[in-house]
Order: sequence, then C-alpha cells, then structure tokens
Amino acid sequence: MNDSSTDIEKAVLKEYEYGFVTNIEADEAPKGLSEDIIRFISAKKNEPEWMLEWRLKAYNHWLKMEEPNWANVKYPKVNYQDVIYYSAPKQKKKVGSLDEIDPELRDTFEKLGISLDEQKRLSGVAVDAVIDSVSIGTTFKAQLAEQGIIFCSMSEAIQEHPDLVRKYLSSVVPVTDNFFSALNSAVFTDGSFCYIPEGVHCPMELSTYFRINAENTGQFERTLIVAEAGSYVSYLEGCTAPMRDENQLHAAVVEIVAMERAEVKYSTVQNWYPGDKNGNGGIYNFVTKRGICKGDNSKISWTQVETGSAVTWKYPSVILKGDNSVGEFYSVAVTNNYQQADTGTKMMHIGKNTKSRIVSKGISAGHSNNSYRGLVQVSKNAANARNFSQCDSLLLGDKCGAHTFPYIEVKNNTAVVEHEATTSKIGEDQLFYCNQRGIDTETAVALIINGFAKEVMNQLPMEFAVEAQKLLAISLEGSVG
Amino acid sequence: MLTISNLHAGIEDKKILKGLNLEIKAGEVHAIMGPNGAGKSTLASVLAGRQDYEVTEGSVEFLGKELLDLAPEERAGEGLFLGFQYPVEIPGLSTTNFIKTAVNEIRKYRGQDTLDAVAFLKLMKEKMALMNIDQTLLSRSLNEGFSGGEKKRNEIFQMAMIDPKLAILDETDSGLDIDAIRIVSNGVNKLRSKDNAVLLITHYQRLLDYIVPDFVHVLYNGRIVKSGTKELALELEEKGYDFIKNEINEDEEVSIAEKH
Repeated sequence: MNDSSTDIEKAVLKEYEYGFVTNIEADEAPKGLSEDIIRFISAKKNEPEWMLEWRLKAYNHWLKMEEPNWANVKYPKVNYQDVIYYSAPKQKKKVGSLDEIDPELRDTFEKLGISLDEQKRLSGVAVDAVIDSVSIGTTFKAQLAEQGIIFCSMSEAIQEHPDLVRKYLSSVVPVTDNFFSALNSAVFTDGSFCYIPEGVHCPMELSTYFRINAENTGQFERTLIVAEAGSYVSYLEGCTAPMRDENQLHAAVVEIVAMERAEVKYSTVQNWYPGDKNGNGGIYNFVTKRGICKGDNSKISWTQVETGSAVTWKYPSVILKGDNSVGEFYSVAVTNNYQQADTGTKMMHIGKNTKSRIVSKGISAGHSNNSYRGLVQVSKNAANARNFSQCDSLLLGDKCGAHTFPYIEVKNNTAVVEHEATTSKIGEDQLFYCNQRGIDTETAVALIINGFAKEVMNQLPMEFAVEAQKLLAISLEGSVG
Repeated sequence: MLTISNLHAGIEDKKILKGLNLEIKAGEVHAIMGPNGAGKSTLASVLAGRQDYEVTEGSVEFLGKELLDLAPEERAGEGLFLGFQYPVEIPGLSTTNFIKTAVNEIRKYRGQDTLDAVAFLKLMKEKMALMNIDQTLLSRSLNEGFSGGEKKRNEIFQMAMIDPKLAILDETDSGLDIDAIRIVSNGVNKLRSKDNAVLLITHYQRLLDYIVPDFVHVLYNGRIVKSGTKELALELEEKGYDFIKNEINEDEEVSIAEKH
C-alpha cells in the first residue's frame, strides 16, 4: 500500500522544467521601496506626471495598510525592503521591431516554447513577452491594428494611449482595494494593455507570457483589458520562473471591463516555480484579478490552471453590474510538496437576471494545502440572480489537506444559489483496474486527474490546453470519442 | 499456456490458497466453481497481480514466463486479461479514451506501433458491431452511472478490443438478469478461438449453459478438489456444494484410517 502511494506521488512530482536562468545583464533599481524608488521607476519609464502622482498616492496608502492574514496559508513575513522593484534586461539598443530583440532573450522564450517569431507562429496567437519588469516585444501588433485592436505593453499604452489608460486604470480594482493591489499600483512596471473596439471579434488569441529571471526581484505587472460593446476577445496568460532558494514576490493586478454584449475570456496557466521538495524557495503569488460586466448582456469568464508558486493568494472575480450579464470561474489548482494555495472567486450580482457559474477542482498531493475560498453576493436589486457552484477536491496520499470556504450573502429573495462539494481520493482499486489494462501507475494517475479536471480543461483554448496538459502530466483526450 | 503449481497465497495473515494446481492449454475454456470463501476471487486477483495479496509458495508459468515476477501492467502486456467482478468508475475519463490508452500501452509493451485515431476508430467500430455495443456507452465516463449489465458488457468489449491470450472472467454473471447473461456470453463465445483460452470463475451453473466449458473444477478451501467436464457443474447444481464437502471429509477420514 505504501509503495503505491509513493508511486502516485512520483507521478505528480515531476521536476520543474523551466528552472533555468538566462545570463543577461540587467538594469536594476537598488533594493527597497521608497518614494525615491517610485520616482526612479516612473522616470525610467518616462511617465507623465499624472502617472507618478497616481503611484505615489497608492504608495502612501499602502504604507498605512496591513498585510492580509485571513487566508489559509502560512509563510514568513515578506521584507518589502529586501526586494528589487525594477529590473530590466539590458538590450544593446532600443528595439524598433521584433527582429532586433536580443538573441539571448529570444532564446529564453524559445526555450519556454514561446516563439517571438511571427513567421513561426501558425496557431494565431499574438504574444506580449514580459521579462522581469519590462515587456520585450509584442507580436502581430500591426495586423491587429488594422481592425483597431490595441495590443501592447502597459508602458507603451501609457505613452501612446494615455486617455484610455487614465479612464480605465483602477476603475475595477481601486488603488486602495487591498494591500497587494496598492503595492502593485505603486510599483508596477509593465504588463499588457488590450483594447477591442466596438463590434470587433478579435481574430486571434491574445497572450502575455511572464518570466521572472533576475534574482531578488519582484514582478509587479498590470494588465488592463477593455472590450467595447459587442466585441469579443480571448486572452491567455502564462508564467514561469527560475529555480531559486529564496522566495520571490509576484503581485499582479488584472482588470477587465466588458461593455454591453461584450465577451471576454481570460485563461491562465500559472506555473511559477513552486519551491523544492522540502518547501525551500518558490514564488509568492499574490494576485488581484477582477472584471466588471459593465454593460447589459456582457460576459466575463475566468479559467485558471494553477500548478506553480509556493503560496498562491488569488481570487479572480466578476462584478455583474449589467442586467443579464454572466460571470464564470473555472479553476484547477494543483498543489504538492509544501505548496499552499488559497484561491477561489467572488461573484457580485448587482444587475437583474445575472448569472454566475463556479467550477473549482482542487488536487492536493504531498504535504500541500489547497483551499477554495469563494463569495457569492446577491445585492438588494439583483432580481432573479442565479449561481451554481461546484467545488471538488481530490487527495493524493494522506499528508495533504483540502479545504472549502464558500461564503454566500443574499439580499434578494428571488435569488437561486446552489453549492455542491465533494472530496475524493485516488483509489487503489482504480489504479489496479488501469494496471490490469496494461496502463502503468504514472499514466493511470494522469488519466484519473485529467478526468477529474476535465470540465475545466475543456474551457481552455486549444493552444493553451497543450501546455496545461504537459503541466498536469496528463494526456488530454484524443480526437476519438 | 498457463501452469499453476502448488500456489499458496493469502491476504495479511489469512491463508486463502493452499496448494492450488491448474493447467490451461490454448483453445480451452475452464470453469472454476466453488462455495463462497473458497478462494475463487483470490485466484483471479493473484493471477492479475493485485498488491494486497501475498504469494507465499508456488509458481505460475504463463506462455513461458514466470507470471508472479511481473507487474500487473506487464502481465496485461503478456496477454492476460481480467474481467472484474466490480469494475471501477473513473469520473470524467471517457470509456473510449481509457480503452485507447489501454490498447496503445499494450501495443507499446509488445514493441508494436501505437494506433492513431483513425486506425483505433476502425478497430472500435468492428468490435462494436461484434459485441453489439452502443456508441453512447463508450462516450460516457468510464463505468460511471453504468447499470450492472452495462459494466459487464463494457468488460467484455474491452476484452474484445485488447484481444488477450488468456481471459479470466471473475463472476461475470453476478448481478445479471438472464438477457444480460445471454449478451455477455455471446460476446465471449464469439471471441473463443484455438489460440486463446478462457478461465471462468462463477458461483452458479447457469452461465455454463451459455458458455460451455471444456473443463470444470471445484475450488474448495484453497485447493482444486475435483475436476471434470460440464456434467460436474450439473451435478453440483443438483446436489449443492455440501456433497463436495462431504466427499472430501470422507476422503480425509479414509486417509486417516489408512494411516492407522
């Protein structure tokens, strides 16, 4: 019996494949956080005065805030003065086009399976590649611009489209929202900006790939997606980091605005370095993601596959303001070794006839701890709100934990809110059955996990499903059946 | 094909099989019958390699190899199939995908090329027609929400897809009504050939009306105590297992008497 549980563990405890470091000189700020550092970042990026003021306001507010401690995670206190807040790979000269990107950086992304060569990309995905604090290039920009779509780094957006940025930045996640969003607002260095004009169906997947490379560096990116009336966009986000013994900080903010009849699909495959077998190192992933269905009949859908990070604190949420708007949250969170994840969603029903759907699948192995935390809120005027939540946990071995914290607040009696939860273990009987059919234990575990997570995996765009499949060490269902 | 010699096995400290001998040749169908607790399902589990069971003595030769040295998936690769008494459910994993993985893993073990989607689909269509099985069943999650009859039909369908050398069917008839038994038996009969063998494990004689065995063995108290042909099964049905028990007890008394 003992042997087979180690088999199960072996099957999920794959070595982290993206732990390499790129040797490239970096242009860094000194360690620590102060008004001077913020002025330094803002000056480096040649930002307008309003942006600097916005940052300083956030910083001053952050100073008065306490780090949240309600999540079901334990980690030593982060020394915010010991973090480097700005690190940019030194490129020989200013890059005018994608062809001029430093080959070392290009290779880094090739190694991660992200080609910055437009010719090589057949799958129709436009990529914004962010390394440490800056975006190094965005593909297919010209092609997208033909339809009026803006897809560029946040730094560029601040320069080129200040009115849009000013209008929507922090309109969904206020600067003062929480400790990490305030920190992010003070020091964010890059991220992606995307704007889909009225009635445009974005012809390709837009994606940002985040890579932390430099030591002692925190990554603070800011992403803003605005979908005008009747538009559609599917957005993908991926991330990796080198293996390092110390913990590194990642505190991102993502905001989505969906106008009338607009639809935004946001998918994440989060694969930050999770730390080693004994729980040393790994990324602290403290992320605020929120979307607002501002217009009637709009829809925002979050799909996340969370496999990395030492500690995850993340609740992609939807404010259902427009009537008949729809919010969805599909999540697979895998934890093993000493990883801790506290993740879930908030669905805030404000408009009439709003609907939300939550499907959360937690897989825990090793000594890890996996918590689902969710809030379904139905306000007084949200007549006929509907919510369905399903939270399933799968345990591998007997040293891990799975927890569910569903909160429901209903202030309108026409609401229908349903919650289902299950906890299961991979059974010896299931493994033996697979073994008897010629399937070894490793493959069997992958099949069982894949089955468990299928409802969420089916939500991922094809291009991403492939990466997610590798990540869960599973073979996605073939074209048959 | 299969030679079991002096097999002793048990679970934890409990001895269940106590010196079992059995020989099965290609082309033969053997039936093992016996009362509850005789060790029928233990034999099936030990042959397939379930970990909970410990073999303390004896050997099992299968197509020239020592079966007991092989992992369960290697035994499957060598051509051993077990039709489970209680097939497990795996939510979210489609039956088709499961079978495709099984077929290809076994092909890999044998050094054959794996089947691509088109070739697999062709094979599946062929066997579906043979087994009279419905497409909708195969697109559902493996055994999830299947009726007893559907689970057993699915076992036989998998057997058809995998095409084993030796199929051990553990209580395939249990919990089935007469129509389901007929369907399952038809499936097994269609797969009988001079190159493969079947070991039926059953409590009741009625299955043997549909799958006619070449040999019938009575397993009692961890050993095969009586072997014969189809008629033995009928005799058991008529007289019940007590007649075997009495016969054995008499034998033992005789042997004790002889010693004195």
